[in-house]
Amino acid sequence: MNLVNQFKSGLARSKNGFMGRLGGLFSGGDIDEEFYDELEEILVSGDVGVQTSNKLVEKLQEEIKKRKIKERVEAKNLLLELIIEIMASGQTDYEPDQKPYVVLLVGVNGSGKTTSAAKLASLYKRSGREVLLVAGDTFRAAAIEQLEIWSDRTGVDLIKAQAGSDPAALFFDAMNAAKARSVDVVIGDTAGRLHSRYNLMEELNKIHRVIGRNIPEAPHRVLLVVDATTGQNAVAQAKSFNQSLPIDGLILTKLDGTARGGIVINIQDELDIPVCYVGTGEKEEDLAPFNPEYFARALLEV
Amino acid sequence: MFSNLADKLQDTFRRLKGKGKLSEKDVDAAMREIRLALLEADVNFKVVKEFINSVRERAIGQEVMGSLTPGQQVIKIVNEEMTGLMGDKQSFLARAGKEPTKVMMVGLQGSGKTTTAVKLASHLRRDGRNPFLVAADIYRPGAVKQLEVLSDSIGEKCYSNLEADPVNICREGLKAANRENADVVIFDTAGRLHIDDEMMSEISSIKDELKPEEILLVVDAMTGQDAVNAAASFNEAVGLSGVILTKLDGDTRGGAALSVRKVTGCPIKFVGVGEKIEALEPFYPDRMASRILGMGDVLSLIEKAEATIDQDKAKEMEKKLRQQQFTLEDFKDQMVQLRSMGSLDDILNMLPEGGNIPKEIKQMSLNEKSLIRIEAIIGSMTREERYNPSILNSSRRRRIAIGSGTNVQDVNRLLNQFNQMQKMFKQMNVAGKKGMSKKMKKLKKNFPF
Repeated sequence: MNLVNQFKSGLARSKNGFMGRLGGLFSGGDIDEEFYDELEEILVSGDVGVQTSNKLVEKLQEEIKKRKIKERVEAKNLLLELIIEIMASGQTDYEPDQKPYVVLLVGVNGSGKTTSAAKLASLYKRSGREVLLVAGDTFRAAAIEQLEIWSDRTGVDLIKAQAGSDPAALFFDAMNAAKARSVDVVIGDTAGRLHSRYNLMEELNKIHRVIGRNIPEAPHRVLLVVDATTGQNAVAQAKSFNQSLPIDGLILTKLDGTARGGIVINIQDELDIPVCYVGTGEKEEDLAPFNPEYFARALLEV
Repeated sequence: MFSNLADKLQDTFRRLKGKGKLSEKDVDAAMREIRLALLEADVNFKVVKEFINSVRERAIGQEVMGSLTPGQQVIKIVNEEMTGLMGDKQSFLARAGKEPTKVMMVGLQGSGKTTTAVKLASHLRRDGRNPFLVAADIYRPGAVKQLEVLSDSIGEKCYSNLEADPVNICREGLKAANRENADVVIFDTAGRLHIDDEMMSEISSIKDELKPEEILLVVDAMTGQDAVNAAASFNEAVGLSGVILTKLDGDTRGGAALSVRKVTGCPIKFVGVGEKIEALEPFYPDRMASRILGMGDVLSLIEKAEATIDQDKAKEMEKKLRQQQFTLEDFKDQMVQLRSMGSLDDILNMLPEGGNIPKEIKQMSLNEKSLIRIEAIIGSMTREERYNPSILNSSRRRRIAIGSGTNVQDVNRLLNQFNQMQKMFKQMNVAGKKGMSKKMKKLKKNFPF
């Protein structure tokens, strides 16, 4: 199933969800107060957040006035454009330009880091790269085993240490291994941590430093893994993680459910952190580069 | 974000408090703020709509207009409605007439089922029960191993079988639990999407096989608007009996709690509040209500303080505070006790009117490292210096810095914070005389400074 269909089928299912369809807002009728109210609801229900939703709606109102738009269908296209414009503004190029190219995945507990690490490794491998996985989550019970199984499935080599050992030391060794084996891409998994835990955030910063000391300019990309079902707290997550180490982009996971992940608009708009990949399933190939248009269409349920 | 919203709401309420009579306009203004606060807290927008309507209806009626302090009345209605929605009392785990009690954990991927299953087992063990775990998540790589390792770490038994299908695993697991004379069996099922028909019918088969007394939905407290869809689908498929809210130790306001409660009608039975196995607590609806509303979880703080602080010491402290004899020695004691209470941020967030706390104290980061440093600095002072910090001239400060392996700036910073704290207590004393609320008084008594 390709991505468009995946989005569409997710959409079809969400229509039958508890809240039902939000109404054929764009099918016809005048552009009136009610239209804007309903629009706000669609955005808010997609986790865009009230303030950002209002900002979008205001901008839309302005444009509608300027372009003298009368039809709801046109308004829809305009709003799609607005959202696509915001979401396409970030740098999401993921071609390795250095060797080894180090990608580090961070995020809160249960967001899907380990699975995403495996999928990302598989994506690079399928593009013909020599990839190395690092089982940097030494804290959660059996997280290493989880990645080991993925390593077997995807045929990507794995560097690991004992459960409970210092992840920074592991990453130091992994960087040496990456250089010695002259791999193209290193994907580092890390333990899930709530962004409000000071010590755990410091640990992440240390990992970042250690990698950089071993390979200058590495990690080349730090990706924050965000669960699409997350609400407004995702902004706080992005802010805090970004304070501990520079976040280059997001992996938006679990988009195959009914959640639409609208909070990423806020993150892009406020923090200038783009979405790079989306996770849409449990299989290794269920990770795709982010497409702003699919995202916008799914968000507006059109 | 957290404190901003709390401040905003408090500001609105203050405006309401300031007026003798409430017009429809005033109520509407307050409702707008509450709507915004609830939406920002991730309460589902339909739930918010209903909530606002019912509060508004009650508020604009004579109940408010006729009362003497209309503002307070609105706050009361908001609080009552919210607590009413959250359920008005604490809810416990069901117990089977014929043991063992069967508890099934269900939920989306990554919500925290496996960790919570083990936390629950540990909680039950502390309650004098004999729990047993069954690993029925054969899909996520390493899930079975995770449950085995965690069970093992707390000395609980766990059944697993990587070859069988989940229904068979559960059946055999129950038999194994019976052989072990377990009185409660916890079944950890795989995380699944609520729209995955195949997987949803699997849990309903497991349910038919086990006929569990409890089917608990594990929900991530950070979930957004979509919480209602998942909760409703799970409820429809298996008929939930309760909810466990996880990852509540973060800074999320946890509006999902309200949404889930509303669409399933099920009580929230426990909350997960940390990475440690012991970090599972009973759910208090009234506290969650004030957390979502941002009114400060005063009760939780009091209880936390009571559990941690030696009562005699607290009394002595109160006496000292009154007489303004709070010394650096006490400061050090309090830091040590604080460490066992959790982060200062947590505690400050539980206080209402967070704005009364000086910035210097708010910004003080109480991580392990800085606590160790504080202890070292105070430990390097003489007895006299601790009781009378005003004698600390620059040469003494230098000596202390060298002795504690810190620098003079660190020593100065600590002394500054100490001064701020002394000042804050002076203010608290004044406020106390001016008729502090009962809660605040009790709070102050137990507050560890």
